[in-house]
Amino acid sequence: MSIRDRLSGNEAIATAMRQINPDVFAMFPITPSTEIPQYFAQYVADGKVDTEFICVESEHSAMSACLGAEAAGGRAVTATSSAGLSYMNEVLYVAGSLRLPVVLAVSCRALTGPININHDYSDSLAERDSGFIQLYAENNQEVYDNYLMAHRIAEHPDVRLPLMVCEDGFITSHAIENIEIEDDTAVKSFVGEYKPENYLLKEENPLAVGPYGVSGYYMEARVAQAHAMINAKRVIKEVAADFEKTFGRHYDLIEEYHMDDAEIAMVIMGSSAGTAKACVDELRGQGIKAGLIKVRVIRPFPAEEIAASLSGCKAVAIMDKSEGFSACGGPLFAECAGACINMDARPKMIDIVYGLGGRDFTVAAAKSVYERLGEIARTGQTGPVYVHMGQREV
Amino acid sequence: MKQAKDINEQIPWQEMTVGCEIYEPGTSRLTKTGEWRSKTPEWIEDKCKQCVLCAPFCPDASIPVKDGKRSEFDYEHCKGCGICIKVCPFDAIKWKEE
Amino acid sequence: MAYNLKEEMNKEERFHAGHRLCAGCAAGIVCRAMMRAVNPEDKAVICNATGCLEVSSFQYPYTAWEDSYIHTAFENASATASGVEAAYNVLKRKGKIAEDKEIKILAIGGDGGTYDIGFQSLSGALERGHDFTYFCYDNNAYMNTGTQRSSATPRFASATTTPAGVESVGKKQVQKDLTQIVVAHGSPYVAQTTLFGNMKDFHEKAHRAIYKKGATFVNVLTPCPRGWQYPAENLLEITKAAIDTCVWPLYEVVEGEYRLTYEPKKKLPVEEFMRLQGRFNHCFKPGNEWTIEAAQEYVDKKWDELLSKCV
Repeated sequence: MSIRDRLSGNEAIATAMRQINPDVFAMFPITPSTEIPQYFAQYVADGKVDTEFICVESEHSAMSACLGAEAAGGRAVTATSSAGLSYMNEVLYVAGSLRLPVVLAVSCRALTGPININHDYSDSLAERDSGFIQLYAENNQEVYDNYLMAHRIAEHPDVRLPLMVCEDGFITSHAIENIEIEDDTAVKSFVGEYKPENYLLKEENPLAVGPYGVSGYYMEARVAQAHAMINAKRVIKEVAADFEKTFGRHYDLIEEYHMDDAEIAMVIMGSSAGTAKACVDELRGQGIKAGLIKVRVIRPFPAEEIAASLSGCKAVAIMDKSEGFSACGGPLFAECAGACINMDARPKMIDIVYGLGGRDFTVAAAKSVYERLGEIARTGQTGPVYVHMGQREV
Repeated sequence: MKQAKDINEQIPWQEMTVGCEIYEPGTSRLTKTGEWRSKTPEWIEDKCKQCVLCAPFCPDASIPVKDGKRSEFDYEHCKGCGICIKVCPFDAIKWKEE
Repeated sequence: MAYNLKEEMNKEERFHAGHRLCAGCAAGIVCRAMMRAVNPEDKAVICNATGCLEVSSFQYPYTAWEDSYIHTAFENASATASGVEAAYNVLKRKGKIAEDKEIKILAIGGDGGTYDIGFQSLSGALERGHDFTYFCYDNNAYMNTGTQRSSATPRFASATTTPAGVESVGKKQVQKDLTQIVVAHGSPYVAQTTLFGNMKDFHEKAHRAIYKKGATFVNVLTPCPRGWQYPAENLLEITKAAIDTCVWPLYEVVEGEYRLTYEPKKKLPVEEFMRLQGRFNHCFKPGNEWTIEAAQEYVDKKWDELLSKCV
């Protein structure tokens, strides 16, 4: 039986970790993810888990220790944010290429500088090509649920890829919400045991991991990894279907909100989607055909699903909560524009970069975006494609 | 489980091991590094006192020892570095005349 | 049990032929000896830093290792080993590895991956006290990329980033004394060794380190024929000169207690070590005599310091 409990996103993740009881947790503190290992340290202190909890001296070592532990045959987890994730960068790619299904919780936070502890996606989206699967959440319930699904997706034999469970720093990580927590045994049985076929500590045969790969093999290894990410799309849906059967909550690669007949739409991620949905409700009340796509999975990128969903739209705003410094749009814009490139009739598409370093995103701000989309839909004129929103300027 | 002998630069990506893992010990022996050799050490058995001092100093594990006695070089792997020649206190290893 | 070379050489090989280290590379000798120091009935997991050894001993699909092996990156062999050790502990606790089964966790890296870029990771793992042994094959420079200076390069050695020239006598700084830094971490067993004699010194230290509970460290002077510029067959002449000049003193520190394991009958002048290697050639040119004097002065000072610590 599930229970209702008031938990922050960080505590929800720590709770899911406790229920899953991973073999190794290598931690290094950084705001705002620090609470996750803190909660977990208490579970260790109270004998609630069997986990080896190691307090390493950097995020780079945290991920490196996870690689060692996972290859050795254990289920390894860690958590980080911002500069910590950047510091892990090198070894994130190694996790992907060694096909080690480490699960990493990320409380997404702006990158320096200036140094800032608040939310945007400049940390996690900078790692979108690292080979990690990336799941994003709108609220605490989704963070918890994503974490319950994480190990099964990552460890699936057709996938075997590391995975990030991303939540919005402070907004989700620290805000307390009433959420549904599943029963410990139900979680354990849903997630299952980690049983890798080969591992460093296996009795029957040795395992050698992490070779030098000459050109004659490198391309093939990367293609295999790329196919694992393609497979992940199917597996994420399968695990979500089983999750729904078990716990009753529905998940998919994207969430479509009033997209059936939408003429203008936003593509958005994370907690901002909640704000934008309130705006859509308001606009629908006025008879405006507004809709919204919330992207839950950034890797693998649900390109076909997004293109199909946008196919009836006239104007679309891609909402980027990180700056890519490409001088022509943020990372989500580039992905979504790419997703739509082969559509017969493409909607007009603009990029709105907003909310950097914790800058507020309000219903009124969402409304101004839809107003502009309405204008584009009426006139067929896109106007400036790449704009920032919410900043002071002359 | 896939074996190293069946992995080569002609096989398709689907037939490579996941994450380029290898599941057997010592597959390097399939690489015949003896081909690198420009000079060749020669063991003069008559002079050899079987002290086996040469054996641990071979970087390429190419001086086999069994029951406390060395035998002929593993020329498939010996790279001809000559360390053993200098290690031998009895001049029982010398460069082969080419 | 007393060291017996024949018995050691009767053991099954655990670092196999066919690796791609250069001809005469002493790292191959180090790896073979390191693996002989693991009891035959025990298994091992080797965690290797990026470097010559890594690209040479596991080039897909060819591993030179009999035991399990993992390479992840350059600077993190100790952190990777920490994770392996943590998993070993928990899997044992959960009964997934038999109680009587012993698996030794070894990390190995060159001086670049140990003294320099891997230093933080090493320091962290030492402080946490994971049960593993770190072997540094110190060849005094970044050899895999072509002999760039490292903090382990001795003063006056010509490296490709500290070349000798009209305005330069090679590297300006002395070698970082990593062994002492490891001792300062409170590691239960720390040793310096190299390859000489019948390998007894190496073997005994390696065995003690591997079977001592906790994070232990063995620093092995490992000559590189290319980087040090000497004919490969002269290996033992070089290592012998290193220990007889006291450029590389042999000692161990057990639970903080220093013990000298080799004292040269006659301490040789440092130039006996330097003249064997092309990297010091410029020191013997007229006008550069002072470099040899300065090198001697430094070696003498370090040797005296060490002697005063030894019981």
